[in-house]
Amino acid sequence: MDRRSFIVAMSVALSASALAQETTPQMVAAAEKEGKVVWYSSVDVKVAEEIKKLFQQAYPKIDMEVERSGSERVFQRINQEYQANIHNVDVVNSSDASHFLFWKQQKWLASHKPPDLAKFPKDGYDPEGYYATWRATLNVMGYNTNLVKEADAPRGYRDLLDPKWKGKLVKAHPGYSGTALTGTYALVKALGWDYFEKLSKQGVQQLQSTTAPPKTIASGERAVEVDGNEYNMFIEIDKKSPVKIIYAVEGTPFVTSPTAIFAQAPHPNAARVLQNFLYTAKAQQILVDAGGARSLHPDVKEPANRTPLGKIKLLPDDPKGMLPQVNEIKKKYTAIFGN
Amino acid sequence: MASGSVPGFAWPRIDLTMPFSIAMMVLLAILVVGPMGWLAVTSVQDDATKALTFSHYTRLVTDPSFAKPLLTTLWTSLAVAGICIGFAAPMAWLVARTSLPFKRTIRSLVLASFVTPPFLGAFAWVLLGGPNAGLVNQWYYALFGLKAFEDPPLINIFSAWGMVFVMALYTFPYVFTFVANSLEMIPSELEEASAILGGSNWRTARTITLPLVMPALLAGFIVAFLQSMTLFGAPAILALPSGIDTMTTKIWSLFQFPPQLGLAAAASLPLLLVTVLLLRTQAAIMGRKGYSVVGGKGGGHRPIRLGFWNIPALAVFGLVLSCSILLPYGVMVRTAFTKNWSAPIAGNMTLDNWRFVFLEFSQTKMALVNTFVLGAGAATAGTILATTIGYLSLRKLVWGHRAIGLLATSPVAIPGIVLAVGLFLTYTHPPLVLFGTLWIIFLAYVTKELPVGYQQVASSLRSIHPELEDASRIFGATRLRALVDITAPLIRNGVIATWIFIFIGSIRELSATILLFTARTKTISVTMFDLRESNDWGPIAVLSLTMLAITFAMIAVITHFTDRRIA
Repeated sequence: MDRRSFIVAMSVALSASALAQETTPQMVAAAEKEGKVVWYSSVDVKVAEEIKKLFQQAYPKIDMEVERSGSERVFQRINQEYQANIHNVDVVNSSDASHFLFWKQQKWLASHKPPDLAKFPKDGYDPEGYYATWRATLNVMGYNTNLVKEADAPRGYRDLLDPKWKGKLVKAHPGYSGTALTGTYALVKALGWDYFEKLSKQGVQQLQSTTAPPKTIASGERAVEVDGNEYNMFIEIDKKSPVKIIYAVEGTPFVTSPTAIFAQAPHPNAARVLQNFLYTAKAQQILVDAGGARSLHPDVKEPANRTPLGKIKLLPDDPKGMLPQVNEIKKKYTAIFGN
Repeated sequence: MASGSVPGFAWPRIDLTMPFSIAMMVLLAILVVGPMGWLAVTSVQDDATKALTFSHYTRLVTDPSFAKPLLTTLWTSLAVAGICIGFAAPMAWLVARTSLPFKRTIRSLVLASFVTPPFLGAFAWVLLGGPNAGLVNQWYYALFGLKAFEDPPLINIFSAWGMVFVMALYTFPYVFTFVANSLEMIPSELEEASAILGGSNWRTARTITLPLVMPALLAGFIVAFLQSMTLFGAPAILALPSGIDTMTTKIWSLFQFPPQLGLAAAASLPLLLVTVLLLRTQAAIMGRKGYSVVGGKGGGHRPIRLGFWNIPALAVFGLVLSCSILLPYGVMVRTAFTKNWSAPIAGNMTLDNWRFVFLEFSQTKMALVNTFVLGAGAATAGTILATTIGYLSLRKLVWGHRAIGLLATSPVAIPGIVLAVGLFLTYTHPPLVLFGTLWIIFLAYVTKELPVGYQQVASSLRSIHPELEDASRIFGATRLRALVDITAPLIRNGVIATWIFIFIGSIRELSATILLFTARTKTISVTMFDLRESNDWGPIAVLSLTMLAITFAMIAVITHFTDRRIA
């Protein structure tokens, strides 16, 4: 063993002895003493409350506080709070994976590997254990089946530039939503800014969160969504809303949504209990069944009525490539579409 | 001084009023002058180096992304004020001067429009006036056999005019109240003289009544303009989805991380300046002595018979009040009890939204508690402050009473979002870091509501002649004793009303809170605003109805104690 790997092994052993990775009775007891865990998440508010319900059933003595907002807003809030020396958040979930690179650089995150990650694919977690992909979703197009016939429905992004879609489109904003940001980055790579310039001439209704467009086309306020969470579309479809998903011919942005524990978490033990819980097959299955998400956990079964990932042309996300461009993307987008 | 002649035993009398009044002034200065001072300083500082710079102002003037919102703000506010005058002034005349039926009902509905938070109206109008799924547009399409998307909608609420429409619906009560009150004060002799001389009703209204209520009209116009200029919720909900910014939404967006504080401060100052200037103009108009006819209680008015004109008059009231109250409240109830708000009710009913909000949604309890703590805290502190200041300055008891009164009413000139920028700049760094606690929001509410409280207390104090207290002093009571035994019972109802006014004003506050809240310090209004970002209309409707229920319960308490009309 060379010196370098020895030091690494030693420090890993040390940190492991300080705080165990798996949920031990001591950890639960300490977490119950802390009494509470605070979770900032960008997942749809009803899915978030579903996860909370499940967690409280497993650990009735640990109160779980959910703060839901768009990924970019979650990022802003945490940074603003840390700037003011407020340490309120224990565990964070954001659909803009580049946030975790930023926080890791700032040394704000704690290293902790939930036991279930051993089963995950290698690119499903940070090798140093600072974050892992809790869920994934696709940023999909979709339409209202009462307003658009299947034969007339657009097949991809370029189809949306047809004058017949003028005033019928709705879209989320990358300044607010991490999913929209990840999607914008992928589409700019695939189609160029020029495409967005042309799209903006179509009288697109601009919403904030990617959870919103599926609800908007379900209500019939707009006919076609340019982007929106696949999981919200699944939820609408399960509710029998008149909507259908479009997997665009140009490809569909694949968006991973990690979670992480903050090093200065006010409830460090409860944070670890929650983080471990979030990656269990049981929680992941609920996330897929009730939350419509895609999971990297191999033990999770996908409902039969959903198109398997293997059959969809994906535009993978690239947090490292996106991180330095985030502000530029937001600025350009805002200049084209407004706030 | 007189007792000082007995040597040896007389303690020198220390006049406590001077230090007390200085303390009051310092307190008010901390509340008002501090944040505004930081605002001014930050606006000429570089964010990073703190060096003196005017670059923020240069950017404000030259960058079209600021010039456009400023222009939008100006023309939409003018439009709101114009529409308010056009509708509310004739409506006030009809209620004050004619034999129009259902006046009581009309007055209570106008009061209801007055207390409905504009952002709540904006939520409701998204559901009513969305161009394709909005219920009013759905009826319109069905009625005329038109099709959504292909034919233009009746109303497109997601536009600058949509925003003007909604803002006008919740601003016209100001103009209505000003004009109606003024009409009640004007004795009708002049109008009767005109009628006797053969002038028609129309001619009398135009040549006699209109000039007499001109000051009230101008004042109403200014207040309506200022109201719309400083609103945040309605533009954020209705104009932003179409990419239209106003100054308030622009300032808000400057607070997104990393915040551009210098620019936000510089963008706040025009709002502050316009408000100060317009309020001075208004004071000058209202204070003019030229209209000496207006004063005291007017004699009984002989109501003008409307006859056939009752029908169109009632139709106008029906239309306006439907748009401001009946339709919005109706759509909120409908949305609260349905799964899909735009679908037909049959087979769509549910209690899920209520269960979600009150049993599952973790923020409901925290937001309710925060809202109540802040509302009650601000109301209590504000009432104590307003009563103390009102008593001292109106009874001219202390040195500098005029300055104290002026300071106490000055926040009226500070728009909510501007106050929030100032507070943020003051309390995010040492010596006092209040950001992240409820205290910073508490300060915002107390400061913002102080003028309202002061006016309330002042009006009840003015109605009590000091000779009652003087009599008690002559019989040997101390000032404190006179205050407790004589004045306090007489102004009790006024004080209770003040408390409730501040409470209602605080629980609906959005435009300052939106910059000051953190995850732990959310209120109901910002929770609703967050839910809007993901279009969760069912829960929004439930929270809206809850907020309205609390407000109306409070108003019932006021009317119980004070037994007077507010509108």
